[in-house]
Amino acid sequence: MASSSVFLLMVGGQIETGEFPEFDDIYCKYCFTYGQDWLITSGLEEGLTQVTKKSKDERQIFTWNFPLDITFKSTNPFGWPQCIVQAYGLDAFGTEVVRGYGVCHVPITPGRHKIQIPMFVPESSSQLQKFTAWILGRRPEFIDPRVVASGEGREVTRVRSQGFVTISFNVVMKDMKKLGYDVIPFRSDFIHGPRECRNERHINRNMMKNRSFMMF
Amino acid sequence: MKSKHRHKQKELSKVKSPKDDLAKELRTVKKRSKAKIDETLRQEEEELAALSYREDGTLPMPGEEGEETARTEEGEEAPPTETTVTFAEPEPTEEEQELEDKVKKLKKKKEKVEEEEVSAFEAPPETPRAEPEQKEEEEAVPPAPTTPTSAPEEEAKTPRSMSMKARMKDRLRKAKEEAEAKVEQEAQEERRERRLQRDKQQKLTRFDTDIDEAELERMADERQKQLKVRWKKMGRQAEDRGVFMPTPEEAYDFFTREFEHEPDEEPPKEEVKEEEEKKEEEEEKPEGEEGEEDEEKKKDKKDKPEDEEPLIDADDVDEEGYGMYAWRRPEYDDSKETLDKQMAVLYYPEISTVPPEEKVFGEEKEPRFLEDEGLYVGIRPKMSGWNLNKMEHRLLKERESKLRKGGGNWFGEDGRMLALPDPLRPSPSRPPIPEEQEEGLEVQFQKAIVREFDSRYIDGTPNASGFYQLDIDINSLVFSHHHLFSREHVLANKLNELYDEYVLRRSLNMADYLTEKLKTAKKSALHLREHMAAHKSEHDYADRANFERRLLDYKYQIKTGREMRDREQRRDRELLKQIINIWKELKAERTKQNHINCPEKLTITREEVDKEKDQMIWKMEIEDELEEIREERQEEYERKMAEYNEELKAYQAQQEAKKEAETRKKKRENTKGSKASLGSRASKQSKDNDPSPEEIAKDEEIINEPDYPQPDKPEPPDDTVSRDQIVAKAKEIRRRPGEPKLYLELTNTQTITPTQDCPRGEQSRRDDVSKCKVFVKILFNNKEVSRSDSRPLSQEFKVNFGQIFNLKIVQWPENIILQLYEQRGFSTEMLAELNAKIPDASVSSKSVHLEDMSVECNLKVSHSHNGVGSGVSFPFTIKGLEDTTLITRGKLNCSVGWAVDENGELLVPPSTQITEGVVSAMRRMEGMADPIADLGLDGVNDPEKVAKWLDEKRIDPNDPKYADLFYNYKSKGSDPSSKAPVEYYRLEQLQQEFDFCEDEFIEENRRFKLIKLRDDEVQEFKNYKMVPLQERDIPRDTFMEYDKKKREEEKITDAKDIEAHRQVVSKFMQRVREQVIRRFRRLAHQKCLEDVVSEDAVPNIAMIGTSLLKLTERRRPLRVERKERKKVSAQNLRPEDVSILVSINRAIFVPVRASSQSGATTSRGDETSRQVKNIVGDPLVQPFVEVMFQHVSMRTSVGTGPNPSFNEELKLPFNAPNEDYSPANLQQINENIYLNLFDEVVVDISEDDRQRDTTVHKRIEKKWLGSLTIPFSTVYFNGKIEGTFKLNKPPVLLGYSRDDEEEESLAKRKSDTYISLFVTIEPALQTAEPMKERFTTNESEVLLEYAEKWQAELAGKFPKREFKTSVIDVNGKTVFVTRYLKKLEPPDLVIEMGNSDQNRAEFVARFVSLIPSVSDNVVFPGLCDIWSTCDQFMKWMTGDEEEHAVLLANFFLHMNKETWLVIGTAIPEGPTAYVMTKEGDEFWFWNAGTGEHFSKRDAYCPLQTVGCVINQDNIWGNIQQYQKPSQMTFDLNNKSAWKPFFQSGFSNPGLSSCQPEKLYYKDTNERAVRDLQEKIEQLLKNKIMEWRSRQITRWNRHCTQIMRRLLPNLEQNVGKGADQSHIDELEQSFKSYKVSGFPINLAYSEISSITEAVYSTGVHSQESSDVEFAIAVYIHPYPNDVLSVWVYVASLIRLR
Repeated sequence: MASSSVFLLMVGGQIETGEFPEFDDIYCKYCFTYGQDWLITSGLEEGLTQVTKKSKDERQIFTWNFPLDITFKSTNPFGWPQCIVQAYGLDAFGTEVVRGYGVCHVPITPGRHKIQIPMFVPESSSQLQKFTAWILGRRPEFIDPRVVASGEGREVTRVRSQGFVTISFNVVMKDMKKLGYDVIPFRSDFIHGPRECRNERHINRNMMKNRSFMMF
Repeated sequence: MKSKHRHKQKELSKVKSPKDDLAKELRTVKKRSKAKIDETLRQEEEELAALSYREDGTLPMPGEEGEETARTEEGEEAPPTETTVTFAEPEPTEEEQELEDKVKKLKKKKEKVEEEEVSAFEAPPETPRAEPEQKEEEEAVPPAPTTPTSAPEEEAKTPRSMSMKARMKDRLRKAKEEAEAKVEQEAQEERRERRLQRDKQQKLTRFDTDIDEAELERMADERQKQLKVRWKKMGRQAEDRGVFMPTPEEAYDFFTREFEHEPDEEPPKEEVKEEEEKKEEEEEKPEGEEGEEDEEKKKDKKDKPEDEEPLIDADDVDEEGYGMYAWRRPEYDDSKETLDKQMAVLYYPEISTVPPEEKVFGEEKEPRFLEDEGLYVGIRPKMSGWNLNKMEHRLLKERESKLRKGGGNWFGEDGRMLALPDPLRPSPSRPPIPEEQEEGLEVQFQKAIVREFDSRYIDGTPNASGFYQLDIDINSLVFSHHHLFSREHVLANKLNELYDEYVLRRSLNMADYLTEKLKTAKKSALHLREHMAAHKSEHDYADRANFERRLLDYKYQIKTGREMRDREQRRDRELLKQIINIWKELKAERTKQNHINCPEKLTITREEVDKEKDQMIWKMEIEDELEEIREERQEEYERKMAEYNEELKAYQAQQEAKKEAETRKKKRENTKGSKASLGSRASKQSKDNDPSPEEIAKDEEIINEPDYPQPDKPEPPDDTVSRDQIVAKAKEIRRRPGEPKLYLELTNTQTITPTQDCPRGEQSRRDDVSKCKVFVKILFNNKEVSRSDSRPLSQEFKVNFGQIFNLKIVQWPENIILQLYEQRGFSTEMLAELNAKIPDASVSSKSVHLEDMSVECNLKVSHSHNGVGSGVSFPFTIKGLEDTTLITRGKLNCSVGWAVDENGELLVPPSTQITEGVVSAMRRMEGMADPIADLGLDGVNDPEKVAKWLDEKRIDPNDPKYADLFYNYKSKGSDPSSKAPVEYYRLEQLQQEFDFCEDEFIEENRRFKLIKLRDDEVQEFKNYKMVPLQERDIPRDTFMEYDKKKREEEKITDAKDIEAHRQVVSKFMQRVREQVIRRFRRLAHQKCLEDVVSEDAVPNIAMIGTSLLKLTERRRPLRVERKERKKVSAQNLRPEDVSILVSINRAIFVPVRASSQSGATTSRGDETSRQVKNIVGDPLVQPFVEVMFQHVSMRTSVGTGPNPSFNEELKLPFNAPNEDYSPANLQQINENIYLNLFDEVVVDISEDDRQRDTTVHKRIEKKWLGSLTIPFSTVYFNGKIEGTFKLNKPPVLLGYSRDDEEEESLAKRKSDTYISLFVTIEPALQTAEPMKERFTTNESEVLLEYAEKWQAELAGKFPKREFKTSVIDVNGKTVFVTRYLKKLEPPDLVIEMGNSDQNRAEFVARFVSLIPSVSDNVVFPGLCDIWSTCDQFMKWMTGDEEEHAVLLANFFLHMNKETWLVIGTAIPEGPTAYVMTKEGDEFWFWNAGTGEHFSKRDAYCPLQTVGCVINQDNIWGNIQQYQKPSQMTFDLNNKSAWKPFFQSGFSNPGLSSCQPEKLYYKDTNERAVRDLQEKIEQLLKNKIMEWRSRQITRWNRHCTQIMRRLLPNLEQNVGKGADQSHIDELEQSFKSYKVSGFPINLAYSEISSITEAVYSTGVHSQESSDVEFAIAVYIHPYPNDVLSVWVYVASLIRLR
């Protein structure tokens, strides 16, 4: 295959923080899915973070700061890589249960991106099962976590949202433009993912206050 | 400098020593002061009273020193003076400063030490006391001593040239002096200290109720002040001792050492100092205020601040450095000159008001007040008067000075300062801060407001801000008929109507207009004709045609014009007649009834005319017309004549032809002289006596043709007739010559007879009229919103309303209805309901015209009086009034328009309705065409009509005026010419625009094609990775394979020979397979919850119970439980990880080398080998197993003897195609694992015996003994295969025989060889989940539901057993399994082969087994079980175990055996189907695939488990504890052992079979079989030669012939080994050869499979050159192309 028709996507970043109210002792597992035309040239496709306890302050966030570093090679933007994050934690009985699945595409524009992924878990199909799941510590899980990255078969599941995981991506691309894919947005201040970080909002608010102080 | 340093250090060292003294001194001082406290208390109280007040700031005392509040703004004068002074002071040079810094630091250090000491000595409660004391010292002391010292200080300072050192010394000296003075005043200080303390106490008492923070702060401040003061004091004291100068060492040390200082206390010090300064500054301020007259005094006072000045600076610059610099002598130039200078520079503005005259600048001295002149000047910012005045003074002063230089003007014409308007807003404002949700705030739920008429309201809500108003003006109502009309009224009304028309016609005067028009047209025509005649030669053809056309046009115009004129004239005349008639009638009526009701009066004026002239005109016109008509008629006549001639010609021609035909016919008849009755026969050829029938027929046709009608000759035009007609017409419609012209005039001048004079009937009628009242209700959107006053009906039947109703609307206007009501007496009746048009947005109530709306009412009223009533007929016999049933009707004069508000704006809601747009667009087209006028409002709404109209009017579509119209009407069709609405619509009309590209393009583009195929999951491309981005990068051969396959699929070959037939079948199978795969692929993408989410099932009681039981169970640590291997998902696999483990334990009953042969094989060199082997005995056989998978083969080590044990694990690598280990891919692998058992024979080939001792020269030969084939899919789906398997072994194995002893003991086993092994895949791969999808079915729902239940119930108990109730047929439909079983007759030929029942059964089984077998897993990999019916099976000649079993079972059923189909698992097939028959007391299991049968008790029966048993009526599920046949009971009636499907609760509904009635077998073509046989033999020969291409392959013909002869016998023995004679025969023939070989039996499916089988035996791998080969092929044909192929291969080595 001629090397000219391949573009590279280099993704760095971190699984930074998570917000899982009510839970503690959480670790994350991440993996990437991608289409058939994609290949990992370097970096880890899957990884496991350390277990983190939530912070003692009122934010109660989990900080992992787990580095991601992966490089893809592709001939076709179809099947753009997606990052799947699964959060696991200990429940009241000490058994390990899943705390959330989440997915986001690797940003399609170069630059720094901070994405807050909302997480969700599959729900038990009945109240009784919910109870037994709670008792036995065996909550429903996805057989293949990659299901969250595709639309197939999702309609049969019922999920509940819980928590957020914030990931920052630093994306670098090579040869995209050369091959005719123009991904640079018109504006440089590209909007982030599903939701702005609440932390950032805090900061913003504080900044606003400061500014108002400065004005007076 | 260095010396200086040293000097200083010395001094510092001195300082150190007196330190202790100093401390002691301090102590004594303190003690003394304490002692004095009591003594001086009273005295001080008096003194301090005033001071204490001052400190509070409550009573400022001017003139006295003390603190002054900063309130005094007037004190502004002070600072400038001070600053000037400060600047006047010379700045100390840097060096100086350095030195000063040093000094200060030293001092501080000392202070610190002292302070520590002090605090140590003093008792805690005393410290606060001591501090105020010191503070007081500061305040009180400085003024006194500084004044005297100022002078010498000045002296010391002024000489600038003084050396640095000297200056330093000087300063130090001064400081010492001052300190001395201070010590003297200590007693005084102590007093003050006490005073302060008391002061403080006082404060406390004053504010003890609330000691606020300010107070506390002040106290703290004070304390710090005191501290600082104390420092100073200490410093002074130290200086007092006269030992201040530090040694250079000390100084150095000082700079290098890190000192602990008290940073806490230092910043406040600054403040304190500043405060002090302030105080002192303020001290002077009042003085400044006092005036300038005592300048001298002020200067004196200023000494003091001057004195402190350096201190301030020092503190500002550096808190550490300048602390003590305060003691520098103030520098003040007190000389007279300085004062003068100052006076020249300084200026003190006054606060008095500046007279405006001074301020006004310029020529005119009078100030102008712009505001008074009416100009806007804005609001000036507010300023306090004094400040303003001062500023003005300042500016004036400045101006004075600037005037000299030409400065600007600060004052306006009004004598005030120029000022912009106040820029400040009256109210404070802040930038908006974004609202933040407070935590504590609570969100309240407010119920949603339901709006009832959301869309109807103009602004959305009823109380919106928009203000829209409709004005409805109802002016008047005039009845054209009313039930209270009298007869006279009716007539008068009619008269009125006609008169109106008359007037209208008069004004239009259409008749004259048309006459004129006619004249012009005539003239033009004439002119044209003349022109044509004159220039005939000049014009060419086109011109002429043009003229002709124009002439025709004129003629047409003339004709129509005349017709129209005639019509108009006729109407005019009729009208005139009618009016006169009615008027006559009216007059008659009036005379008849003797009174007059209505005012109409007709006046007829007649105008006499000149009869002669009239006659002339009359005649001329008639002539004119006549001429025209004549011309017209002439033309018509000519045209008709032409037509007539044409027709006539045709007629004549026909007649002629007929005549000819007739004659011909007659001639023919004559010549023939026969049958005139045939009549119509005629032909040209009749002359030749041979008239062709065509000719005759033609003639016949001609004769029988219907005659053309004889054309009538047209009449020439008759002038007389036309003239009469014209005259008659003219008489009818025109004024006759001489008749006077009549002019009518209707006036309302007739006096009406008063009521009292009228007869009774009329009176009551008039009475009724006056009683009658009318009002109008206005309904807006069907709701009454207003109603007019009820107005009386006048005698003229007019109602005058004159009311305007203003409707403020909030809803969109839908309709405006006016209802007319008539009130008579107490009854109110609705006369009519009128729909007023909702006005256009542009129609305002001012611009709108009153319009007449016709009112009609079907009310039936009749009166007894003179009123004619309404809706009822009344007798009336007037000409022109035929309809005597009159209904009430009239005209309402009203208008509706949008109101205009006071600003002249239209109160119309913003409207966007399209229809209005259209209408208004049409309205706009005034001048040219108005569609509404042409079509009416209704027509406008009919798109077709409008389209037609548009076409007619030829409106320019590009004219922007009509853009709306065209947009609305033309856009509907693509073709602008067809205005008709399009009669179809598109589902996805924009699809084309969104198409990525043309479909063809995708087809052609290899890349798109590849992506598409991959998306379709086509096998070849399913896992294609990295589709290149560029088309050119795609390898050229990518589609080659696929296209080839495609082509092959399309190609249908005729099934001429057997092989071709097989190919067709395999292709068909392939197609079915692909179809099924496609189906499953679709299903695979439909997921259910279980596929996606793993979740524990709801525990039931049983589960809980067992788990509880488990808890109570005893622990059995020795009982090892097998752990399930963890399955590895495809993603985590790498190719190198996966392998197939084959563990071969042992083999039993391996054939041993025949003793007779063994001698032969080892004939050479026996001696030596015997010598060795004698010890352990001669090796009977040395078997090993070779495993081959994916062309990789491995072998075990060599075992010994007929029952060798290998115990070896072989690990074969496994590569999935495309390296995809997903179940979907793996289940499609159809490769096999081949296990071959060989005997390793070592042949000594040493040629020379002498070398035997030193050289080993042997050849290793491997002899095939048997094989086993295990499909990969079986291993994959079962996870593992374990057990003892029977080897496929040729019936005859030349050179080998059974171990005699064993053969005897196990006679039954005959010659079977078994191998026990274990096969698995490492790691365990995930298997595909079986499909649970329900297929379409023809079965009843009830049955399937029950089946599901039954199955689920059993599966719950025995999850491992297979229970089958329904299977899928080839059409993909679910079929109940019992339907497959039905008696079917086996081929007779097969039956005949056997001689006993059992023998027959065996033959049948053999027949079935010879049908090639392909596993379902291979055909439909892992997908499902597809069962074909027996006829399909026979047709396709392939099938898996189930099909074989079904067929066999059906045959057995026909043979009246008790037969069942057994569903279970067997080795090596895995899940399979067997046939079970009852043979006496025993049950036999038949493997339909091989034709073998086993007894129930047979331990080697490959059937391992039994799940269920099926026959044509029922299914029995195995619910026994055991599932191995040998351990089971097969008493199907035993309910505890077998659970029937159909039982009492659910009986068999009588399911019919899906099998055919009868199987038809076609005979096998013997010749084709022979051909095939030869073909195979030839092929095999070639192949063997090819395989061993390194050697020459010789063929032993003799052997081949013998073998060929032997093979049919083998078939006869049903493959059960050959009888001894067979071997004997061979051996007899080849005594001199070492023969090794065997016959292979195969079911024929493909040639390639035969060659493969031969290859795998490895016969060819005889490496010696002296080997000969023999090969024989025999095909035994069974019916229906079932072929048994026998291949006999042998290698012969000549014995030497």
